[in-house]
Amino acid sequence: LALYFHSGEREEKCIIEDIPSDTLVIGEYKVQRWDIHKQDFLESAPGLGMFVTVTTPFDEILLSKLYGPQGRFSFTSYLSGEHTICLQSNSTRFVAFAGSKLRIHLDIRVGEHFLDESVLQAKDKVNEVNFRLEHLIEQIHHIAKEQNYEREREEKFRKTSEETNSNILWWAIVQTLILISIGIWQIKSLRDFFISKKLV
Amino acid sequence: MPLRGFRAAGLWGWLPPLFLVALAACAARASEITFELPDNAKQCFYEEIAQGTKCTLEFQVITGGHYDVDCRLEDPDGIVLYKEMKKQYDSFTFTASRNGTYKFCFSNEFSTFTHKTVYFDFQVGEDPPLFPSENRVTALTQMESACVSIHEALKSVIDYQTHFRLREAQGRSRAEDLNTRVAYWSIGEAIILLVVSIGQVFLLKSFFSDKRTTTTRVGS
Repeated sequence: LALYFHSGEREEKCIIEDIPSDTLVIGEYKVQRWDIHKQDFLESAPGLGMFVTVTTPFDEILLSKLYGPQGRFSFTSYLSGEHTICLQSNSTRFVAFAGSKLRIHLDIRVGEHFLDESVLQAKDKVNEVNFRLEHLIEQIHHIAKEQNYEREREEKFRKTSEETNSNILWWAIVQTLILISIGIWQIKSLRDFFISKKLV
Repeated sequence: MPLRGFRAAGLWGWLPPLFLVALAACAARASEITFELPDNAKQCFYEEIAQGTKCTLEFQVITGGHYDVDCRLEDPDGIVLYKEMKKQYDSFTFTASRNGTYKFCFSNEFSTFTHKTVYFDFQVGEDPPLFPSENRVTALTQMESACVSIHEALKSVIDYQTHFRLREAQGRSRAEDLNTRVAYWSIGEAIILLVVSIGQVFLLKSFFSDKRTTTTRVGS
């Protein structure tokens, strides 16, 4: 758990993961609170926990749980799209408490498949290669799933571009028609007006 | 996209070090995070790195405004190793000159109202070998060599895939922006056109209307 960042006590920090469906995502975090007296981050603050909320691309809650100062959470996406993982501490202190902040260590792993550790302990040549091959097969499956998802997204992209194209064309035609008809109406209206005013 | 050597784009580099016994001091780590950077905000990330470790920071802006962000990388002494303003995408490799906590920050402070979605990938250390050479008596068998080359190739594929995914997300974001703008502009222009042309006619008519019908009259 090496990478960390700072956050306010009641602040919610979110990260976005754009993943295909049926993908396992495992997250590990560790949170430390700044101590005013020691001027350092405490190793573990009692009672400090983190709310972990995972939202699907359609704003449904996939996971919403309170974990301790150190925890691991996981979820499997059943839809493909942008999932949001949000972390917020359960601290009930006032926000106005000066100088208070949290240090959050975070590690998110996407598409990983935990392989059986005991297989490696056997240290048998054949088994080790077997083990590696299984790992490679998992990697390939993950790549294939991503490619499939990429196909969906490209289709959406293409549809948007084509829609823009036809919108522009349609609008150009409508605008020309409006101009011509308004022009005709203007001239006709003014001509009738001037005739009625006996100016023409 | 320039051809780059193998690199664990995702966190695939994690698995081998987890299981291999007593490996090198520099355990390879890779963190990739996509987050939203609100306007006028700055987000910093810290990582403890051992001396001599080769690290790579790569970032890309996916959505928002002009798709650019400020990035800054500092070593434990506060010396700025990398600083770029308003960059869309960049990759920076450096070797840690000393032990300590390195800090890198992304800033959107120049933007007044656009949120940016930023992706970064911070790779620390090289990936350890798939089959460690310390307990070996013989050279790698053909099977093992094949495994190693497949693994390297797959890492490269994952890397390219990630880059492509980000580029596509960026392109799609622009296309959707364009579509919305075209829709709003068409409606707006149609309304303006109608209002102006109908208004013109009535205004012109009002210039020629009889003095007798007007309410404000010059006293005679």
